[in-house]
Amino acid sequence: MVTETHKIHSESDPQMRLLIIEDDRESADYLVKAFREVGHVADHASDGEEGFALAESGDYDVLVVDRMLPKRDGLSVIGGLRDKGNRTPALILSALGQVDDRIKGLRAGGDDYLPKPYSFAELLARVEVLSRRQGGPAEETTYRVGDLELDRLSHGVTRGGQELILQPREFRLLEYLMKHAGQVVTRTMLLENVWDYHFDPQTNVIDVHISRLRSKIDKGFERPLLHTIRGAGYMVRDGMK
Amino acid sequence: MTAIGKLFRTTAFRLTLAYLLLFALFAASLLVYFAWNTHRLINDQITTTVDGEITELSDLFARRGLRGIVFAIENRALRPGANLYLITTPAGQSIAGNVSSLAPGVMATTGWSETAYRRLDDPDSSNHRALVKVTQLSSGFRLLIGHDLEERRRLFDIVGDAAKWSVLIVVVLGLGGGIFVASRVLRRIDAMTGTTQRIMAGDLSGRLPVGRSGDELDRLAENLNAMLERIEALMTGLKEVSDNIAHDLKTPLTRLRNRAEEALARSSNEAEYRAALERTIEESDGLIRTFNALLMIARAESGQARGNMDNFDAAEVAEGIHELYEPLAEDSDLTLTVKTATAPLHGNRELISQALANLVENAIKYGKPAITDENSDGAGAAAARDIVIEARREGDQVLLSVSDHGPGIPEADRKHAVERFVRLEASRTLPGSGLGLSLASAVATLHGGELQLGDNHPGLRVTLALPAAAAEGLAGQTGNVPQKSA
Repeated sequence: MVTETHKIHSESDPQMRLLIIEDDRESADYLVKAFREVGHVADHASDGEEGFALAESGDYDVLVVDRMLPKRDGLSVIGGLRDKGNRTPALILSALGQVDDRIKGLRAGGDDYLPKPYSFAELLARVEVLSRRQGGPAEETTYRVGDLELDRLSHGVTRGGQELILQPREFRLLEYLMKHAGQVVTRTMLLENVWDYHFDPQTNVIDVHISRLRSKIDKGFERPLLHTIRGAGYMVRDGMK
Repeated sequence: MTAIGKLFRTTAFRLTLAYLLLFALFAASLLVYFAWNTHRLINDQITTTVDGEITELSDLFARRGLRGIVFAIENRALRPGANLYLITTPAGQSIAGNVSSLAPGVMATTGWSETAYRRLDDPDSSNHRALVKVTQLSSGFRLLIGHDLEERRRLFDIVGDAAKWSVLIVVVLGLGGGIFVASRVLRRIDAMTGTTQRIMAGDLSGRLPVGRSGDELDRLAENLNAMLERIEALMTGLKEVSDNIAHDLKTPLTRLRNRAEEALARSSNEAEYRAALERTIEESDGLIRTFNALLMIARAESGQARGNMDNFDAAEVAEGIHELYEPLAEDSDLTLTVKTATAPLHGNRELISQALANLVENAIKYGKPAITDENSDGAGAAAARDIVIEARREGDQVLLSVSDHGPGIPEADRKHAVERFVRLEASRTLPGSGLGLSLASAVATLHGGELQLGDNHPGLRVTLALPAAAAEGLAGQTGNVPQKSA
């Protein structure tokens, strides 16, 4: 799995500094190793107190916080950091995967929530998106990838100067993909962020939407921009970059 | 002893005791008041009569002298039931009257006093008491006039007896009543306690006895029984879940293990290992999905998701799901359409969306029409490929339905189809956990509604029938599905 991650990792991303607060030694070692293999720097704290101290003093891009921790609960760690004005993006890992637990986590100051068991590809994609969020460019009004342009105000999409007609949902889908251009976006991330549903469909419903979008933006053009990343999700990227 | 101790400790018995004390005090104070007033009345009567005679006789003495008064006293003393009379010389010697003896010193002091006495005409009588008044006449003679107190004593005896008997009756009746009521209550409570102990020991089918009187204990028993019913249902559900987990998760787990074992034993190159690992991950993802669905069902059934409810329009949910699944249906050579009218609901939007999504996924998977001569071409064929999502309000119900023109489910199988992990024979070859309908059913139950499987002539119509929310609840809530900003 770890060797696979080279393929799913968004290579254009700069190196990130991560703090993993997780009490299970084996999971933590696995995460640290996996993140290092894809080129990020990862530190580890094994309980809530240590995690809080490290997160407060260290300069991290993203925190990965287990919900249930010895000494101090994960939500309390995040809440404590927010109270002190620390806005480092935090992703909550939890064995409690239900809708209301997720809402509780986000309300406590978490930025994303991933129920266990998760795949590393999913975690990596989410962490990279979170990291981009921090200190990233202000919300732009126009997204550009190669010759594809999306105007968020007029809802116009053009490729090579030629106007493309998208359905409202296709527009939102493309908008999300282009906002995270160069990053892997998983199917569940799309379902959550574009449709606001938090369940796993038993069918390949997202793939069908993607293939419709692809037929509109890539069909008839020489260079494909919307790529399928095997075992992970999708990415919008100018292939030549 | 413990049985009696238990009886005495009951609330009913203690209340009875308190009332008993209260009533005894009440009766006693009533009697005391009565006796005191009577006593006063009798004394008043005596003093008036005695005072009158003293005035009369003093008057006679003044007018007719000693002889006159002695004559009058002798006369009066002989009348039956008469007052007491005595006249003495200044030396204390009796001159006339009907008194043979007095308590010593009575004649020495003038004024009112109470004394024991003996009459001349009744020398054996003892214990007679009288209220007497002694007056000093001129030239040292002393006159005593009094009245017997026997009447008063008898009255007091009557009152005393009444007090004794009434207290005795109050105590006996009160204690008896208290013991009767307390033991009745205690018997019923004991019956309840016995049942609850049996239930605690593990026999969940036990129910409390309910009488016919409809009193507070019966109401309590009825409510406890309803609670036990619910607990039993939950426990049965839990047991089913764990049985199903044991049964249906073990099969894929075994498969997973076998594949891993086989890969270890047989694979000779990296590509084969890789393929085996990929299959393993796929299989475990399926397991996780099944597990999540089971947890979701358990949560919906236990009512835990009730905390997350708000008001929304079921029409929006139907449109949202239609929008999500429409391309998928098209890829499967089906058309997915939606018909909606405002249908206000109060509930968990996420769960209802998921339930509806499951129904639509089922319709897309299983709802393809069988090819027959009638529908193999033309307009009939197009209509037969139509899957309809419908949201509407009917009376106080909101109906969210998905109809297809597939093979449907035979009436006999419908009840069975909702159960967990049930995959009807025809569907065994298609992927899926067999939990879709169970989840939809659990979500319906959570919202106080039900999942109905019906005939679509031909095909299947699955309906989530949920209680509608009050229409005003939707005010300010009619916007689009809220979207998390990306």
